Amino acid sequence: MDKPFAITLDPGSSLANHTGSWRTARPSYVDHLPPCNQGCPTGENIQGWLYHAESGQYEAAWRVLVQDNPMPAVTGRVCYHPCEGACNRARLDSAVSIHAVERFLGDEAIKQNWQFARPPAMSGKRVLVVGAGPSGLSAAYHLARLGHAVEVREAGPMAGGMMRFGIPKYRLPRDVLDAEIRRIEQLGVTIRLNTKVEHLLKARDEGGFDAAFVAVGAHVSKRAWVPAGEAARIMDALSVLRSVELGEKPLLGRRVLVYGGGNTAIDVARTARRLGAEEAVIIYRRTRDRMPAHDSEVQEALDEGVMFRWLSTIKIGADAGAHEQFTIEKMALDENGFPQPTGEFEQIEADSLVLALGQDVDLSLLDDVPGLQLTDGMVSVDSNMMTACPGIFAGGDMVPAERTVTVALGHGKKAARHIDSWLRGVSPAVAEKHPVATFERLNTWYYTDAPRSVQQELERVRRESTFDEVVSGLNADTALFEARRCLSCGNCFECDNCYGVCPDNAVIKLGPGKRFKINLDYCKGCGLCAAECPCGAIEMVPETI
Amino acid sequence: MSFQPVRFYQTGTYTVGNRLLDEAQRTVQATVARANSLTSGHRACQGCGEALGARYAMDAAMHASDRQMVVVNATGCLEVFSTPYPETSWQVPWMHSLFGNAPAVATGVAAALRVKGRRNVRVIAQGGDGGTTDIGFGCLSGMFERNDDVLYICYDNQAYMNTGVQRSSATPAAARTATTPAKGPAPGNEFGQGKFLPEIAMAHRIPYVATASVADLRDLEAKVEEATHLRGARYIHVLVPCPLGWGAASSDTIRLARLATESGLFPIFEARFGEVSEARPIRRLVPVNEFLRLQKRFAHLFEPTIDTERIAVIQAQADRNIKRYALLP
Repeated sequence: MDKPFAITLDPGSSLANHTGSWRTARPSYVDHLPPCNQGCPTGENIQGWLYHAESGQYEAAWRVLVQDNPMPAVTGRVCYHPCEGACNRARLDSAVSIHAVERFLGDEAIKQNWQFARPPAMSGKRVLVVGAGPSGLSAAYHLARLGHAVEVREAGPMAGGMMRFGIPKYRLPRDVLDAEIRRIEQLGVTIRLNTKVEHLLKARDEGGFDAAFVAVGAHVSKRAWVPAGEAARIMDALSVLRSVELGEKPLLGRRVLVYGGGNTAIDVARTARRLGAEEAVIIYRRTRDRMPAHDSEVQEALDEGVMFRWLSTIKIGADAGAHEQFTIEKMALDENGFPQPTGEFEQIEADSLVLALGQDVDLSLLDDVPGLQLTDGMVSVDSNMMTACPGIFAGGDMVPAERTVTVALGHGKKAARHIDSWLRGVSPAVAEKHPVATFERLNTWYYTDAPRSVQQELERVRRESTFDEVVSGLNADTALFEARRCLSCGNCFECDNCYGVCPDNAVIKLGPGKRFKINLDYCKGCGLCAAECPCGAIEMVPETI
Repeated sequence: MSFQPVRFYQTGTYTVGNRLLDEAQRTVQATVARANSLTSGHRACQGCGEALGARYAMDAAMHASDRQMVVVNATGCLEVFSTPYPETSWQVPWMHSLFGNAPAVATGVAAALRVKGRRNVRVIAQGGDGGTTDIGFGCLSGMFERNDDVLYICYDNQAYMNTGVQRSSATPAAARTATTPAKGPAPGNEFGQGKFLPEIAMAHRIPYVATASVADLRDLEAKVEEATHLRGARYIHVLVPCPLGWGAASSDTIRLARLATESGLFPIFEARFGEVSEARPIRRLVPVNEFLRLQKRFAHLFEPTIDTERIAVIQAQADRNIKRYALLP
C-alpha cells in the first residue's frame, strides 16, 4: 500500500505478454542438401567434413569424409570434382577448391597414420570381392566396416586397378595409392594378388562366401579398323600405360600419334612426352568442346606441349617400316554435331600410333552365372547394384555408368550397403533426401570476399622429362583458408545471426555445436532471422490458424 | 571503420558472431550474457527496426559502462511499445518525462550524478526522429552547446510512426505519409532542403557524432562503446527501418537499412569536434531504385509509370553523399 501518487498496480515485466500469439508463420531450422554433396558420385558429406576442417579439426573432418570414401588422398588428386562444378560459391567469386582440401586431409591422414574405426561386432558373414580396383576396394572397405569378413581376389600383380594401370604417376603418386590401400587392408580386408577368378559361382561356393561383388573393370582395348595396322607400330593405350607402370619403357619413338579424345588419350600423350617423344599429337574426330576428356587435363597437356589435331580421323596405316606414314582424313561436324568425312586427306609422319578408343569388359568369369543380363557388353544391375542373379552384385567400369574412380568408389559403397541389407534379410534403409540448398536461398552479403587458393604446378621442363607429381597440395594455412571459404549452404554454421537480429529476443542460443531454438512464446514471426540467415538454414512455415 | 575487420573467417566480421572467431572478437549481441536491455514481450510491430536498434545500442552501452548507466527516453514508438502501464520491457534504469525534453532531463540526471560524485554512471538519452529532430530539437541543441556529459541516441525511422505515420523533419523527399499523401502533381513529401541532424550536431563541434544502422551491428556496437567512454555531449544517429510506416515486409528491415547505406542515401561516418574522421566505405554499390522499390511509401515513383525525374533527384542526393563522405574510396 506504499504506492506513489496515482499508482495502483505493481510494476511488471513485459515478459508476461506472450507476443507469440501474433504470429502467422514460424521460423523453422532446416538442413538442406548442399549442391556439392548432391553432385558427389561417392555421396560424400562434403559440407559436413568442411565444417570440421574449418575449425582446424582435421582428424574429425577426415573421419566424416571416410564414412563415404576410403581413399581421399586418391580422389583429392584424380577426381574431376563435380562438387566444385555445383558449388554455389562459383556464383560469388570462385568455387571452393574442395578437391584440394580433400587431398590435404587425405595426405594428413597418411602422415599422421590415422586408421579406420573397426566395426563394433562381426556379422559372421563372408563376402567375396573380385577385382582390387576402386570399386572393389571401396566395397571391401564398407563391408568390413559393417562387420563382414571380406576377401578381395585380384588377377593382377598389384592392387589398385585402373588407379595404378590407367592413371599415370604424375597424377597419382604410387606411395599415396599404396598407403590408402594398405589402410584398407589394416582394417582386416584380405587382398589376394595374382589370383584370377575364372568361374565366379564356383569360387564363391568353394570359398564358402555368402555373397559376391564383382568389379573386374574394363581392360579389353577397343580397336579401330586401320588397314595394314597390324604390321605397323600400333599399340593400345592401356598396354602402354601398363608397361610404364611395370617399369618397361615402350618404344614409341620421336613422334607419337594418339587416336582418341578421352582422358586415356591425354594420359598417353602426356606419358609419351615424359618418355622422350618430341612430339605427341592427339588426333580426335570432333572439337575441343566436344572432347570427353576433362578440360583441366586438356589444358595441362597443352601446357606440356602436347599437340591436338581436331576434326580428324586416322585412315590408312602405311607400309611397315622404321618411319611410318599415316593418312588423316579431315572431318566436319553436321548439324547434329556428329563428325562426317569430308574426303580431304593428309599424310602425317609418325613413329608410332597409340589407339585410345575405350575399353570393353572381359565377362568370361561370369559364364557360370545363370540369368545374367547384359547391356552393350556390360553387366546390367538394378538400383541396388545387384545383377539378375541373387547375391551377385557388380559395379565399377563393368556396369553401364560413367567410368571414373569416384563413380567406382560410389558403386562400391552403394553395393556394400545393399549387400549388407541382403545378408541381413532386411530392406535397405533409404535416407530421406533433403531439398537442395540453392544459391537463391543464400544471403551472400555476409560472406567475406575471398578468392580461391591456387595450387602450385610443377615447372614445365620437369613435366616433360619426369613423372613427378604435376599439381602440388595446399599447405595447412591455405587448406584452412580454403575450407573456410565454404558457404555451408543449407546447414547452420552457428554465425549467431538469427540470435542477433531478432527484435524480440526470441532466439535461444543453445551453445557450441547445439545451434539455436526459437522461443515461440515471443516470436512474432517477422521472418528477419530467415531473411538474414547467410546459408538459408531457416524456413518460415505458415501457422495453422 | 571503427573496428578491426577480421579477414577470411568464412564470414569475417559481417555476421553477428561465428563459432570460428575468438570470444573477444564476437559482438555483444552474440553472447548469451548480453543484457537484453529491451526484453521480449514488447509491443513493437513484427520486424521493428527501432526495437532491434535500441537493444543493439543499449546492450553495447551496458557492456561498455559495466552496467552503470541511466537511460532517459523521449516519447515515441520506443517509449510507447515498451512501457504500457504497468509493464516494462526495459532491463536498464530507465525514465521517461515528455516528448520534447529528454535531452534536458538527461542533462539534469548527469548534473545530479556529478553532484553525488558518481562519475562512473553514464547517462544516455534516446528518442525517435520526431522527438529528436522536431520536438526535442531545442533542448538537444542546448545540451550540445553546453557540452553536457550525455550520449544522445536517435533512432531514425523517418516519420511519426506511433501516431499513424505523420511526416517529420527527417522524412525523405517523395515519401508518402499520412500528412504527405501520394496525390497531386508532386505526390509524397516535398523536395525541400532536408534536415540531416548529424551534420547539425557536427556544427556544434561536440566531441563525437556518428551515424549507424541496424544493418551493420559491429559498426554500431563499436560506435556506442566508444561514445559511452567519451565525456561531454555525444550524438549517434541510427537508421532503423519501419515496416509499417515504410510499407515494407517485416523480414526486409535489415535489408532496407543495408540498401540505404549501400546506395549512399544514408552515409555511415564518424565525426570528432565537428570534422568527419572516418566513413564506412560502400561494399556493393546499388542504385537508389533498389532501396525505393521495396517500400510502398515510394510506390508512386514506380506506378503507374516510372517517375525517372524524381528518382534521378534522389539518386543525385545519394551521389552527393558518396562524394561528400568519400564512400567509394
